[in-house]
Amino acid sequence: MGFITFLVRRILHSIFVLLGLSIVIFIISRIMPGNPARMAVGPRAPQYVIDEMSRLMHLHEPLHVQYYYWLRDALHGDFGTSLVTRRAVADDMKEFFPATLELTLFAGVIMAGGGIFIGILSAQHKDKWIDNVLRLVSYLGVVTPSFIFAIFFLLLFGMALEWMPTMSRLSPGVSPPRTITGLITVDSLLAGNLTAFLDALWHLILPGIALAMGGLAQESRITRSSMSDNLTKDYIASARSLGIPERVIMRRFLLKPSLIPTVSILGLDFAGTMANAFLVEFIFNWPGSSSYGYSAMLRKDLNAIAGVVLTMGVVFIVVNVLVDIVVGLLDPRIRLAPQRGE
Amino acid sequence: MTVQAKNPALPKSKIVENLGRNWYKFSRNPMSIIGLCTVLLVLLLAVFAPLVAPYPQHAGKFVDFANASRPPCKEYLFGTDVIGRDILSRIFFGFRFSLAMGVVVLSLVVPPGVTLGLIAGYNQGTWIETVIMRITDIFVSVPSLILALAITSVLTPNLTNSMIAVSLMWWPWYTRLVYGLGTTLRNEFFVSAAEAIGASKVHIIFREILPNCFSPIFTKMSLDMAWVILIGSTLSFAGLGVQPPRPGLGTMVAGGRIYLPEQWWISVFPALAIVVVVLGFNLLGDGLRDMFAAEEV
Repeated sequence: MGFITFLVRRILHSIFVLLGLSIVIFIISRIMPGNPARMAVGPRAPQYVIDEMSRLMHLHEPLHVQYYYWLRDALHGDFGTSLVTRRAVADDMKEFFPATLELTLFAGVIMAGGGIFIGILSAQHKDKWIDNVLRLVSYLGVVTPSFIFAIFFLLLFGMALEWMPTMSRLSPGVSPPRTITGLITVDSLLAGNLTAFLDALWHLILPGIALAMGGLAQESRITRSSMSDNLTKDYIASARSLGIPERVIMRRFLLKPSLIPTVSILGLDFAGTMANAFLVEFIFNWPGSSSYGYSAMLRKDLNAIAGVVLTMGVVFIVVNVLVDIVVGLLDPRIRLAPQRGE
Repeated sequence: MTVQAKNPALPKSKIVENLGRNWYKFSRNPMSIIGLCTVLLVLLLAVFAPLVAPYPQHAGKFVDFANASRPPCKEYLFGTDVIGRDILSRIFFGFRFSLAMGVVVLSLVVPPGVTLGLIAGYNQGTWIETVIMRITDIFVSVPSLILALAITSVLTPNLTNSMIAVSLMWWPWYTRLVYGLGTTLRNEFFVSAAEAIGASKVHIIFREILPNCFSPIFTKMSLDMAWVILIGSTLSFAGLGVQPPRPGLGTMVAGGRIYLPEQWWISVFPALAIVVVVLGFNLLGDGLRDMFAAEEV
């Protein structure tokens, strides 16, 4: 029962946060100097078009009424027309978002898997040379912005060694699979097209790792410290004294409690991944919603900016709810806490 | 002098002794010393950039096509860019923008963030706490970089506006930190004692609770210098921070991007400079954290 209450609270809280976020985004799109209607129709539009647009955008009404109309449209998935592509922002998002989702999910998998693996390796060889090397590398990973990783990877593996492709999602000769989910790797697998799958995966590696580096380093540091903390606890000593093999102790007793901090920071790191995707996609010419959002920002394309930021916010909040559920399953203290309070 | 509850007014000799002990704790870790030296070096290079840069006039608009795109050599240690400006000199001036970003953002963010956190923590269980903390929830619910990018792009993209945008995104973290500390501190005996003798709320919040929050706040500030500089360079790279021809480190990386891989030095050296600055502040912050942590034991 406690877990259900916890979940319901968490979801209600998310809805509240999303509403707040929508207010923030609405304010951002209205603080802009100049007439929003003129921005929406472009600088050369005649006056009657601007008047028509102001009426459509309810600009003559007070701000809270404008917000109501804006939110009503946004809830129906209508963010207006993009100034740049001249199409509905929602259609643009449908086209570009899967590419970003594929990239960030791939980065997320590298981040979680690699970070936990390196963290365990570090903790098992604590204070030996492997640990010292891994810690140094993690430190560099934490302090280097991902756009710099992207540029270094592009330069080294893409240009100097020419091992990896440097742009887009597929090689020119490879025909893309029929769109089902929009994730090329998944679609090509569903279609049984192994060539396209491998090619798409090959294109994902450089931008994916560049995006994952920061989070990966963070995850491995946290896994290492929580594992080595737990290694000194009494229950591990008693398990050892009972003669339980070290491998079983590691897997059965140590890993689960040690992963709690790692998983709980995963949501934040995933947020970092989505934010950094803006520049990494741009550097690798990745046709995703982040590079779409980035070009919208450079051109002050308000509707597109609002659409992209709100979508990112939704994804981020959903991911964080999922993370909380996983943490709740891992950690009975959190899962049962709300019950105790009542 | 503020009177600290855990640490009542000390004679001068004791303060000096404390400083010495803290320095000993800090200096035991060589990484902290490396961090401190890096930060001091960057600080000095930034302040004295016009004196130490080999070509100070290259910081702004300057064109020398005879020496354009030269690879690293004796005259130009880090090479020159496509219009012949010395990369090394521009990096020294670039440090100025990075440090300015960090200092301005933190001084805009820390006072309101800390004050709100104190108020929310002291008024625990009331509507004041709910309002403040739910607002911070909204701001931390979306990656700060995305909102900072959006805000800067909607305003005019330049250094000042990027500072404002990052500040708007950053204060909730201080509110949350101080709120967490405040909720435990407000139940300490010295707070109850102050309430009992009728001290005002302002006195309790700022003279009783705040001084006990200083070490975590300072630690967070030194670590945040690193993150703010990192976000600032990212904004500059995106074309939303320092505008050319001024030499922002991120701006320089972005400017050299299209000349990769042949003229790699135009991007690579400013990129390494960003890593060095961020690394320095990070090591320093970790050192301070260990020092304060040892203090509490």
